[in-house]
Amino acid sequence: MNTIGYYPGCSLHGGGRELDMSIRAISVVAGVVLKEIDDWSCCGATAAHSLNHDLAVSLPQRVLALAEAQGFRQVLAPCAACFSRLKGTHVRLQRSEALAQKTRRITGLEYRGTLEIVNVVEYANRLLTDGLDRKLSQPLRGLKVAAYYGCLLSRGEGIIENEDPEDPKGMDAVLRASGVEVVPWSHSIECCGAGFSMSLTDAVLDLSRDILAQAQAAGAQAIVTGCPMCHSNLDMRQQKINSRGLGSFDMPIMYLSELIGLAAGLTPESLGLDRHFVDAMRVAGRNR
Amino acid sequence: MARVGVFVCHCGENIARTVDCPGVAAAAANLPGVVTTVDYKYMCSDPGQQQIKKAIDEFRLTGVVVGACSPRMHEPTFRKVAAEAGLNPYLLEMANLREHCSWVHDDRAAATAKAIDLVRIMVEKVKRNRALSPIRVPIEPTALVVGGGIAGIQAALDIANGGKKVILVEKTPSIGGHMARLSETFPTLDCSQCILTPRMVEVAGHPNVTLLPYSEIESVKGFVGNFEVTVRRKARYVDPSKCTGCGDCWAKCPVKKLPNEFDAALGVRTAIYRPFPQAVPNKPVIDAAHCIMLTKGKCGACAKVCQREAINFQDADELMKVKVGAVVLATGFELWNHSNYGEYGAGKLADVVDGFAFERLASASGPTGGEIRRPSDGAIPKTVVFVQCCGSRDPKAGKGYCSKICCMYTAKHAMLYRHKVHDGRAVVFYMDIRAAGKGYEEFVRRAVEVDGAEYFRGRVSRIYRTPGGKLVVRGADTLAGRPVTIEADLVVLADAVVPRAGSDKLAQMFGVGYDGDGFYSEAHPKLRPVETAAAGVMLAGACQAPKDIPDTVSQASAAASKVLSLFARPELEREPVIARVTQATCVHCRACIGACPYGAIEDREIRDRKGNLVKTVANVNEGLCQGCGTCAAVCRSNTIELDGFTDEQVFAEIAALARV
Repeated sequence: MNTIGYYPGCSLHGGGRELDMSIRAISVVAGVVLKEIDDWSCCGATAAHSLNHDLAVSLPQRVLALAEAQGFRQVLAPCAACFSRLKGTHVRLQRSEALAQKTRRITGLEYRGTLEIVNVVEYANRLLTDGLDRKLSQPLRGLKVAAYYGCLLSRGEGIIENEDPEDPKGMDAVLRASGVEVVPWSHSIECCGAGFSMSLTDAVLDLSRDILAQAQAAGAQAIVTGCPMCHSNLDMRQQKINSRGLGSFDMPIMYLSELIGLAAGLTPESLGLDRHFVDAMRVAGRNR
Repeated sequence: MARVGVFVCHCGENIARTVDCPGVAAAAANLPGVVTTVDYKYMCSDPGQQQIKKAIDEFRLTGVVVGACSPRMHEPTFRKVAAEAGLNPYLLEMANLREHCSWVHDDRAAATAKAIDLVRIMVEKVKRNRALSPIRVPIEPTALVVGGGIAGIQAALDIANGGKKVILVEKTPSIGGHMARLSETFPTLDCSQCILTPRMVEVAGHPNVTLLPYSEIESVKGFVGNFEVTVRRKARYVDPSKCTGCGDCWAKCPVKKLPNEFDAALGVRTAIYRPFPQAVPNKPVIDAAHCIMLTKGKCGACAKVCQREAINFQDADELMKVKVGAVVLATGFELWNHSNYGEYGAGKLADVVDGFAFERLASASGPTGGEIRRPSDGAIPKTVVFVQCCGSRDPKAGKGYCSKICCMYTAKHAMLYRHKVHDGRAVVFYMDIRAAGKGYEEFVRRAVEVDGAEYFRGRVSRIYRTPGGKLVVRGADTLAGRPVTIEADLVVLADAVVPRAGSDKLAQMFGVGYDGDGFYSEAHPKLRPVETAAAGVMLAGACQAPKDIPDTVSQASAAASKVLSLFARPELEREPVIARVTQATCVHCRACIGACPYGAIEDREIRDRKGNLVKTVANVNEGLCQGCGTCAAVCRSNTIELDGFTDEQVFAEIAALARV
């Protein structure tokens, strides 16, 4: 795996820029070339699958067909929602020939199902076993983190594999290799409010507050996530949670890839740590 | 000249719905050799049987074909009818028009044509049947009971009181099983130990009972009436004939912190131990895996203190062979491991316990002396949440079936807790309340109305521990239509009832079937609920399905009565469907001897009058042969035939089918 297909999706070009930056940065360290899928389009999350089933499958099918035609064997989709849409479509098309035919008709492209679609947790674990662990020269000793999976990195039959959906463990090995201490806590798969960030902000504030509160109570100094949606709810909304009087939090929300990058000795700026709403530079031992 | 009668049964609607039974009878009348045909609604009923008897007599029948259900269902019934009418029962054959035809087809015309074929095949066969006489074998009137819980104890006592010998084999050091661990029993709240321990003493002291504790079944040979079972008597390292059970040894044992299995690991025990103070036999064994002397070669504290010199570190497992005529399997159950449920803490939360742990906490003989104290810090819990159906009725992550006993014991737990902690709150989450049983519904109502247990109809979605030590239980109240969050101090999960680990291996030894969940299969779910497909092997208790104590005891007594009725006869009649060797043509290649799975074929030397060896041939032991036909298949010289299924008969059946 030296060159793999890269599907940034909208979020990694927008609110999830730090995830994009840190993923690209650790890939360079690991010697993996990320090649963006040419002419990629929207994965369909979350609007398409709420409104139109055909669209919800056809949009990802187009992306998968393009990637396959461009000769990729593996596609990395760092955004958890993109991953869920792409892999979910891959699984559904495998299971139903009728659906495969229908999407073929709609997009005019054929997807044969040869791709392996990888999420950020799987990607990090792979880099680790392929030798990245030896390059983590500056482990983050003494940092206590709560590993937060949310929904999209913990569940989905056939989508998330080799993981207990009620008690996921996928980040543990990577975090340990990065030198941090993983605290046991209760809310690793609780809902952050997800796509209701705009439409039902109050509910999101309540849900994200619970997650922050439990992480704090468990002694975590930061929450680690792999999902841009979770990140924005916990990071961007934290100030509002405080101003509403729901708590007083000052909890950095880190991407898994950011911690790996720091452990590999990369500068916090190159990983996007200076772009967070809640100060994350202190995780790198730096003042903002 | 053959005179065959054909009797076509409608089986109510079961066959007649898809098969034109009068049409089958009319077609059969034209078959060569058939002299009479009858069709009737219920051939197995008394009027049906009378018609067969009358025809045998009137037409002097030489063969009978009954077109009805599977021979597994009613062949014995109809063969008995033939015998009563004076016809050798093995001159009667069944054509299976139900399981092999009407139940599996929809097209009436095609099903009727197939039914006619099935009847024609059997007519051709029965014309070639010969009269056989049953084989009689002696019965060893001793029963083997496997498992010393309440099921095994009850079965052993009933058989022993019926005057027959019993060998009771128990895997652990003491009999008593799970019932000995229970605090009080529903629906009367009588003390489990008080009603059980006298029976434990009674069975151990019964002159007809040989108790083999700390022993397991190693291998099984033979068949109904004549099983030969090898029992592994595990090394106890304590000579029970010398030991008085004084307790000096375990008082001195330096290994003191082993989790006590009897107390659901809430209490501790020593390496030399008896499982509980009321154990039967009340003599210790040494846990070889944890004894310092047996693992590291030094210590011997128990041996030094034992004045009876009962400790023997050189003790080894012994194999003991026993001959028995019948077997009762009573291996019981265990609880499903809730660590499979990540949402309930994956088994890592100390204060989330199973039902047995709560029993021990509530038991006067338990690790807390009967005070409800939670495992993590010994505090008395002020709120206890009970979660029913943990692993039951969950085909995805757990078991698809209902474990049957949990509704009742959860109500009991809630009640006991409220009796002991008056200001405590007992909360129960349930899917449905299944309280079918005498006094059961009333018992649950009492838990709610008199003892104030709070029942929420809904599932628990998550249990987690706050850093402050509280357990947060989140669930649904589906009757009120809202989510519920309860802060609890202790959570009791009613884990699904599953068969004992290793019970599948035991079933294979005895040739007993088991279902996908590992529960032993009875011979018939309604009409033969305690027998198994393996003749002479009965079932008792939760090894067959989740059962409470009253049901277990009932089934154990039923199993005992089956054993006693088997032993009431001096010898057993066996189906004469066995292999026969034509000595004249046997070339003694010994292929059959190697092929026989039952070791039923041996060499026989044929000598002339002067005692000179003429030839050696294969010979079938009638007592051991099971009639499987393997030898007939491997015989190179067509010398072995299976009675009832000779080549002539089978080829005639095939030819009858091919002739159309």
